[in-house]
Amino acid sequence: MLSDSILTAITLLPAAGALVVALLPRKGRTIQWFTLLVTLATFILSLHLPAHFDYARRGFQFEENRPWISSPAIRYHLGIDGLSLWLVLLTTFLGVIGVLISWRAIETRTKEFYFLFLLQQTAMVGVFVALDLFLYYGFWELSLVPMAILIAMFGPTRGRQAALKFFLYTFLPSALFLVAILWLYAKTGTFDFVQLQNALTNQPALFNPQALWWASLAFLVAFAVKVPVFPLHGWLSDAIQEAPTAMAMVVAGKLGLYSIVRFNLGLFPTQARAIAPLMIALAVTGLLYGALVALAQTDMKRLVAYSILSNLSFCTLGIFCFAVAGLNGAVFQTINEGVTGGALLVLVSLLYGRYGTYDMSLYGGLAAKLPMLATLYVITALALIGLPLFNGFVGEFLVLSGGFQDHPGWIAAAAISVILSASYILWMVQRIFYGEPSSLVVHRPAMDLNAREHLMLWPMAILMLVMGVAAPYWMKAINGAVSGLAGSSAGTAAEPAAQTAAATAASRETQ
Amino acid sequence: MNDSLRILPEIVLTIAGVVVMVVDALMPKASNRKPLGWLAALGALAALAASLWQYQLPPGTAYFGVVQTDAFSVFFHVLIGGILLTSLLITLDAVAPGTEGLGELFALMLFGSVGMMLMSSAVELLLVFVALEISSISTYIMAGFRRKSAKSPESALKYFLLGSFATAFFLYGIALIFGATGTTRVAAIGAAVNGTHAPGLLFAGLAMIIIGLGFKVSAAPFHVWTPDVYEGAPSPVVALMSTGPKAAAFAVLLRIAYGALPQLHGHWVPILWWLAVISMTVGNLGALRQHNVKRMLAYSSIAHAGYILVAFTALSADGVAAASFYAVSYAAMNVGIFAVISHVGGYDDQLTSIDDYRGLGYSSPLLGGAMTLFLISLIGIPFTAGFFGKFYVFAAALHSGMVWLTIIGLINSGLAAFYYLRVAVAVYSRPVEAAPVMSVAKASFPLQLALLLTAAATLILGIVPGNVLNAARAAAQIFYSVGNGN
Repeated sequence: MLSDSILTAITLLPAAGALVVALLPRKGRTIQWFTLLVTLATFILSLHLPAHFDYARRGFQFEENRPWISSPAIRYHLGIDGLSLWLVLLTTFLGVIGVLISWRAIETRTKEFYFLFLLQQTAMVGVFVALDLFLYYGFWELSLVPMAILIAMFGPTRGRQAALKFFLYTFLPSALFLVAILWLYAKTGTFDFVQLQNALTNQPALFNPQALWWASLAFLVAFAVKVPVFPLHGWLSDAIQEAPTAMAMVVAGKLGLYSIVRFNLGLFPTQARAIAPLMIALAVTGLLYGALVALAQTDMKRLVAYSILSNLSFCTLGIFCFAVAGLNGAVFQTINEGVTGGALLVLVSLLYGRYGTYDMSLYGGLAAKLPMLATLYVITALALIGLPLFNGFVGEFLVLSGGFQDHPGWIAAAAISVILSASYILWMVQRIFYGEPSSLVVHRPAMDLNAREHLMLWPMAILMLVMGVAAPYWMKAINGAVSGLAGSSAGTAAEPAAQTAAATAASRETQ
Repeated sequence: MNDSLRILPEIVLTIAGVVVMVVDALMPKASNRKPLGWLAALGALAALAASLWQYQLPPGTAYFGVVQTDAFSVFFHVLIGGILLTSLLITLDAVAPGTEGLGELFALMLFGSVGMMLMSSAVELLLVFVALEISSISTYIMAGFRRKSAKSPESALKYFLLGSFATAFFLYGIALIFGATGTTRVAAIGAAVNGTHAPGLLFAGLAMIIIGLGFKVSAAPFHVWTPDVYEGAPSPVVALMSTGPKAAAFAVLLRIAYGALPQLHGHWVPILWWLAVISMTVGNLGALRQHNVKRMLAYSSIAHAGYILVAFTALSADGVAAASFYAVSYAAMNVGIFAVISHVGGYDDQLTSIDDYRGLGYSSPLLGGAMTLFLISLIGIPFTAGFFGKFYVFAAALHSGMVWLTIIGLINSGLAAFYYLRVAVAVYSRPVEAAPVMSVAKASFPLQLALLLTAAATLILGIVPGNVLNAARAAAQIFYSVGNGN
C-alpha cells in the first residue's frame, strides 16, 4: 500500500510543509522545528525505498502512472530505478542537514527562507522521480526559482547579480530544451519516458536524423549548464559564494548529471556516443582548470567552488567514457560529491560563523584550538581527495579504470588532477589548521563544535566511510540501471565486469 | 423571449450599469461612492452566472442570426465576466471614497464589458463593429479618467485617435469583404468565398481587418500606443483594458480567420506568422529597457499578444483551443499583477518605478508573494498558468510544423525572463538607503479577494488545467464541426 504512493509522498511532503510554514508565526523557533520535522519525516519515508527496492528487477519501481491532462497527453508518471534511488535519498538526507546548518545562520526572514527551502526540496526530488517529460520539465524549471530568490535574498554582497546570472544561465538553454521536448511529442504523441525510449529505439523512421541531433544537443546543453560542464560554468562560483550554505550544497551537480545519464544516454545513445569525444575533452579541461584555479585561491569558499567544478567534471568524464565501470563510478561520484562537497561547505561556513572571514591567510594553528572541528575537516578533506577507505576513492578508481582502455591519454590527464586536488585541499587544511596560530585565531574565543553541529557532521563523516568500505551495497542498484546504457553490444558481458571492478576497489581499500 | 436569453449576460450588465448611473445621480454629492462599486461587482457576478448558465443553452443564433451562442462565445463571456469582476474589486481597493466621477467609472466598466462580450458572440460583422465601438469608447474614457494628471488625458487622446483610425480600418475591411462576397454574415462569407468574383477585394478586406484587430490586441507593428496608454491610465483600469478588449478582439479574429475565411489560410497564416514574430521580439526587447513597471508590462503585453498569434498559425483545433486558453491564463496573471501595482501605486500611480518595489516582499509579504507568483507565471515557470498556456501554444504550433516559429518564440520567452526577474529580485532585495520609504497600506478586503481569485486561477490553470482545457477545446470544435471545416 505504502509502495503505491511512496514517491508522491516523498515529493510532495516538503511542498505541503512549505504551505504550513507560510502560516506559522515568526516568533521563536517554531518554523525551524517544524521544517526539521518535515525534512526528517521525508528522509525517513525515503528510507522505505532502499528497504523495498528489488535489485534483481530491471526497469522502474514504485511506479505511479495516472492520467493528468488528457490532451496534450500528459501523465502523472513517477518511478525510480537504481540510478535515481540513491539520488533521492541523497536529496532527502541533505534536506535535514540543510535545516541544521541554517539553524543559526539564517536569523532574519526565516519564513521566506524555509518556505523556499522546502519548495526546492520538492523540485529536486521531483526531477529524480518524474518519468513524464512534461512533469520532469516542470520540476526542472521549478528548481530554479527558490534557488534564485534565495540567492537574491541572502547574498551578502552581490546577491542580485549572482541570482540573475544563475537564473539566466540555466533558463535560456531550457527554452531550447522545451522545443526539443515538444518536437519529440509532435513526432510520437507522448511525453512518457518509457514510451519515448521505445519509439526512439524501435521506430527510428519517425525521426529526421538531422533534427534528432539538434534535439539531443538541446537536451545536453540544458543539462551541461546545470552540472556545470566547462565552459558553461560562469554562474557557479558566484552562486556558491552568494547562496546560503544549505542552498550552495545543492546548487550544482546531481540534477544535471542525473539528467545527462537518464535522457542523453537513455533516449539518444547514438548521438551521445558521437559527441562523447568533445564532452571528454571538455570534462578533462574543466577538471584541470578547476583544480588549477582552486590552487590559486586564498578565499576558501571560492576554493571549494572550484574544487566542486573539478569534481563534477570528473563525473562528466566518467559518463562519456561509455564504460560500465566508468558510468558506475560517475554516478557514485555524483552522490559522493553531494555528501563530501556538502560537508566541506558546511565546515567552511562554520569557520566563517566563528571568525567572520573566508580568507585563509588570516587563519592558522586552529587544530589545537578546535580539535573536533579539525578532525572532521581532515576526514572530509581526505574523502575529497580520494584516499582509500573513503567513498571518493571508489568513484575515482572506477572512472579512471573504466575509461583507461578507450581513452588512455585523457585518463592520464585526469589522473594529474587527482594529484592537484590533493595539493589544494591539503594545502588549505595546512594553512587553516596547522602552523603558528594567527592573531585572528588567538584573539577570538575558541568555540568547538556544539551538539547541533556534531549532529549534522558526524552522519556525513560516517557516510563517507561507510560508502567507501561497503561500496558494493550502493553499487548493485546503480550497476543494474547503468549497465544497459554503457553499450548495447557489450551490455550483458560488461555487467559482471563492473561488479568485480567494484569489488576489487573495495577489497583494495580493506587491505 | 428565447432570443433575449442568448444575450442574457449583456442584458444583466446593461441593467447593472444603468442602475449604477441612476443611483449615482440620486446620491448626495459628497457621499461615499464606493458602495456603487459593490453594486457593480454584484452585477458582474450576476453576468458571470448568466454566462455560465448559457452553457446549457443549445447552440444557436438569435435576432435574425446576428448573435450566436455556442461553446466559443460562452467561453469568452465567462472570461470577460471574470476579468470584469476582478477589475471592479481592484478598483474598489485603489480609489479613495471621494474620487471624482467614481460612479461613472464603475458604469463605464460595465458598459465596456457589454461590448466585449458582444464581440465574442456576434456573427454579423456589422454587429461586431458596433460591439467593438462600445468597448473601445468606454476604454478611451476610462484611460483619461484621472483628469488632474497630465499623462492620463494625453494617453486617452492618443488611444482615441489611433483607436478610431484602427476601427476605421476594420470597418473598411468589412465593406471590402461585403463587396467581394455580398454578405457580412460569418457563415455566409465562408460559403461565398469560393464563388467570389473579386478575390483581390477579399484579400484587401482581410488585410484591413487584421490591421484593425492588430491594433486592438496591440500586436507589433500596431503597438505604438500601448506603453503610453498603460502608463497614463489608472492601474485598475489597465487591469481591465489590457485583458478584456484583447481577449474579445482575439475572439473576433478567431471567428473571422477560422469561421469566415479558413479557405484563405494561405494568405493570413504568413501575415500572422510575421506579426507574431515581430510582436514577440519588439515586445520583449522593448520591455528590457523599461524602468517603469507599467510601461514594462505594456511591452510584455505586446509580446504576449505575439504568443497568442503563434497559436493562430497552427491551423488546427488545438491551435484555436491554445489561443483561447492563453487568453485566459494571460488574463489571470495580468489582472493579478495589476492588482498589486494598483495597490502599491494607488489610483494616482505614485510608485511605478522598479526601484519602488525594492523590499516589497518584506514590508508586505502578501503583496510581495503575490507579485512574485504572477511574475513567475509571466516568465512561464511550470505549474503556473503562464507556462501551461505557452506550452500548449507552442505544442500546437510545432505539431503543425512551425519549428522556426517555436524556436523564435521560446528564445523570446527566455529573454523575457530577464526583465520580469529584475522586478522579482527587486521585490526581495533591501530597499535603497536614500529612497524615502513609502509605507504600503494594508491590503483591503476587495484586494485580498481579487488576489485570491487571480492567484488561485494562476495556480489552477498551471497544475490542473483539465476543465478549462476541455472548455477551450469544446470552443475550438465549433470551427471544426461538419460543414464548417477547412
